Amino acid sequence: MAQKQYGTAIVEVDAEGFMSDFSQWTREVAAAIAREEGIAELTPVHWKVIDYIQRDFRENGQVPSIRKLNKSGVIGTKELYALFPGGPAKKAAKIAGMKKPEGCV
Amino acid sequence: MADKITKVSIIISKGGLDGVYPGLILANGARMEGIEANLFFTFFGQDAITKKRMGKIKVATVGNPGMHMASLLGVLPGMSAMATSMMKKTMEKLDIPPVPEYIEMISDAGCKLYACKMTVDMFKLKKEDFCPQVDSIITVGKFYELAAGGEIIFT
Repeated sequence: MAQKQYGTAIVEVDAEGFMSDFSQWTREVAAAIAREEGIAELTPVHWKVIDYIQRDFRENGQVPSIRKLNKSGVIGTKELYALFPGGPAKKAAKIAGMKKPEGCV
Repeated sequence: MADKITKVSIIISKGGLDGVYPGLILANGARMEGIEANLFFTFFGQDAITKKRMGKIKVATVGNPGMHMASLLGVLPGMSAMATSMMKKTMEKLDIPPVPEYIEMISDAGCKLYACKMTVDMFKLKKEDFCPQVDSIITVGKFYELAAGGEIIFT
């Protein structure tokens, strides 16, 4: 298992940089991962998506799909792609401290 | 050869649920990976973007060896409807949207959708017959132009 340093925090990550121990996640770590993914600053809308992903994971045990994010009224698909350019489901999950989402939709 | 695919152009040429879904899943999956994607609908694949047909696409139970049933049973009334309803339920469980919603989702994801000019001429269709997500009606030549620099997938 690899480790990664974000600011003063050291977190466990998998080969692709997804966190493997959610207890190590903080908002500062999230912001640092976001910068690494090319998102300079997490806006309130980014946080709304991240908070929902974490809440849904606690309740259902899996990272919500893009379709669920859209249908639950959290964020439209177009906007989601604009907020997390280049692969929104994976990027948002990574920033939220989740494991890499599996699945084709 | 580059080790990462950065652009795909997917052709959907077959009608029926089992004809259109693979291409839709490939296109959506490409966008989810940050891959640039184009969808080109031709022949009966155009049902997926034709307003009056896109919500009524069924699974073929006759002449479809993948159905694992005798074609003779497939001709029974209601067979195709039953197979379609079963498949739709399974897909909903897997979080795969129905065709019209999927088309909207794929378009919102930034994939461009095109209809084939020859098919349009053959079936005497007009731009208005297509859902609003369709960018334009294009020729094969234009398709190759748009597909330049990427992979082409035929389904």
